[in-house]
Amino acid sequence: MRHPGRLLAAMARDLWASRELAWRLFVRDISAQYRQSLFGYVWAFLPPLVTTATWTYLSRSNILNIGQTPIAYPAFVLSGTLLWGAFIDALNLPLKAFNSGRSLLSRINFPREALLLGALADVLFNLCVRSLLLIPVFLWFKVPLGPSLMLFPVGVAALLMLGMGLGLLLNPLAILYSDVGRALGVISPFWMLLTPVVYPPPARGLGAWLAKWNPASPIIITTRDWLSSAPANHLGGFLVVTGLALLALMAGWLLFRITMPIVIERSGA
Amino acid sequence: MSSPSDTEILVHAEHVSKKFCRSLKRSLWYGVQDILSQLGPFARQDATPIGSSRSRRPALRENEFWAVDDVSFELRRGECLGLIGSNGAGKTTLLKLLNGLMKPDQGRITMRGRVGALIALGAGFNPILTGRENIYVNGAVLGLTRREITSKLEDIIDFAEISEFIDAPVQTYSSGMQVRLGFSVAANLIQPDVLILDEVLAVGDAAFRAKCERRLGELMKSSAVIVVSHMALHIRRLCDRVLWLDHGKEKGCGPTHVVLAEYERSLPQQQQQQKALVLSPRITSARILTFNPPTRYGSALALELEVTSTESVTVHHVVIGIAEGESAVVAQSNLEQDVEICGKTTVRIRTDPLMLRDGEYTINLALYGATYRDPILRYTGVESFALKSGLEGASSYHFGMMVSCRAGASLLA
Repeated sequence: MRHPGRLLAAMARDLWASRELAWRLFVRDISAQYRQSLFGYVWAFLPPLVTTATWTYLSRSNILNIGQTPIAYPAFVLSGTLLWGAFIDALNLPLKAFNSGRSLLSRINFPREALLLGALADVLFNLCVRSLLLIPVFLWFKVPLGPSLMLFPVGVAALLMLGMGLGLLLNPLAILYSDVGRALGVISPFWMLLTPVVYPPPARGLGAWLAKWNPASPIIITTRDWLSSAPANHLGGFLVVTGLALLALMAGWLLFRITMPIVIERSGA
Repeated sequence: MSSPSDTEILVHAEHVSKKFCRSLKRSLWYGVQDILSQLGPFARQDATPIGSSRSRRPALRENEFWAVDDVSFELRRGECLGLIGSNGAGKTTLLKLLNGLMKPDQGRITMRGRVGALIALGAGFNPILTGRENIYVNGAVLGLTRREITSKLEDIIDFAEISEFIDAPVQTYSSGMQVRLGFSVAANLIQPDVLILDEVLAVGDAAFRAKCERRLGELMKSSAVIVVSHMALHIRRLCDRVLWLDHGKEKGCGPTHVVLAEYERSLPQQQQQQKALVLSPRITSARILTFNPPTRYGSALALELEVTSTESVTVHHVVIGIAEGESAVVAQSNLEQDVEICGKTTVRIRTDPLMLRDGEYTINLALYGATYRDPILRYTGVESFALKSGLEGASSYHFGMMVSCRAGASLLA
């Protein structure tokens, strides 16, 4: 910490050096994931399909009164849950990467950013695979495809930055105390329901206030709007949150760097 | 041979200390405190930067203890340092500090060049993947590129002797195969300047072990090596210098034979308490009358044993065993001779010249009847003696010989 210039240079160097190992870890996890299963990659598609079907049924049969969505409801829900899933994956990424690399960390000296990069590649891969589902669904429900589709990757990047930034900031504490992980597990489902993922952003009331101040909201709403070529009304919020996410990511990475040695020895790896 | 000042210092440890906490909850809390003290603006008044050699020694918080306490040493290329100590002396902790996995609480460690450790063999192995795939994973963890690994792939597979199974999932391997594969990957891929060995080398059959030692020998020629082992035999054979750790503190650091002798002397002398005398029912008592131990290499051993028996007993085998250290018998004599014991009898025993190196030895004595199934007297830990003739060596028994050459004779390979 006393020589910030040197620290940043070392961090950049380690990040570059870890790219080959990150790829290798990513390939290792992906190849092993479905090798022992009968239906293989079908399991990658199933969760979003089941979720979408459930919410669509709840809305259609008027069990829940959801309101008008800019595009057909199933497409709306599918894209929303996909994005939310990516956000939660990114949030849990650092802790999950640490746990799976625990035995390596305490015995071999290697650039630790590789674990993060490998896990990030994993999350991106899952997102891409699930995004393939969007194609038939969008075509079926005749969702307009316009030029704002090009901004979809930008939105995804912002979302992942936010998730990973927050995850990294919480990481040292999460490794030492299992309470953090458990709390996240409890909070996540409710956070999703408090974000306009399966319903359109309310115009008035508590919902509107939440939609404005919940950091995940502007990003999800805006990205989905770009995807479905709807007018993006929350652009201001999106830019603010993206800026904060970038800060969070940099701070989180610095924290990761500084605290890893301390945390590894304390967590009894 | 280059003079010592020509070879570079590759490892330099100065006043290295590391503390651990015994209680888990407190340890986690100290972890949080350490993190906060590392983040500049939140530093407490007395927080000192970790790893500076000029830093003051941090105090022990509650429930903490020093795992490594003020250790300093230097190592040059081509030298080999052995680390010995009883369990819990801090050897593995010191290795982790040297390997860069932990930061010392006081002092500084400087390592030049690539550091390679044969410590975690098979780290990164995923049991579902095949051996071949795991070689790439393990190699990547060790820091090699795909191209480098591919060029050495055949060598690795041949060395590990698992070519038929290389495309099977690792979970189907026996534990020996897994360790052989892990060792093969590490031994063939790393070319370190500093090599760290932690109690490796004990796997596979004799041929494989010989291969490993040969490979390690090659690696060791061009690096500075640090070896940790419990077996004094390994350390004696491989190392020039030894560092003896006891409860984290440096208890001795110097040439191998000096420090190892001190270490072995300090090991608990259980033999002296374990004098065990077992008599057959026909013998009422036995005791040593006189004992003349050998004093130097080549002198004999003589003792007189007084045995009292109720009836006439014929001894057919007389066996003397000489043990060193923890009951490892290094020499044994065996005599078939009829000795008649009747009432109170004195048995006089005298050996031929004993050719043993310096060390501390204990004597076991046994008298048998017609066969070994018929023990008459067994006396373990009878007496002890120490030899000091200036004869060192890895093996206890040292024999004399003569070597001569004929001019013009060709040497056989």
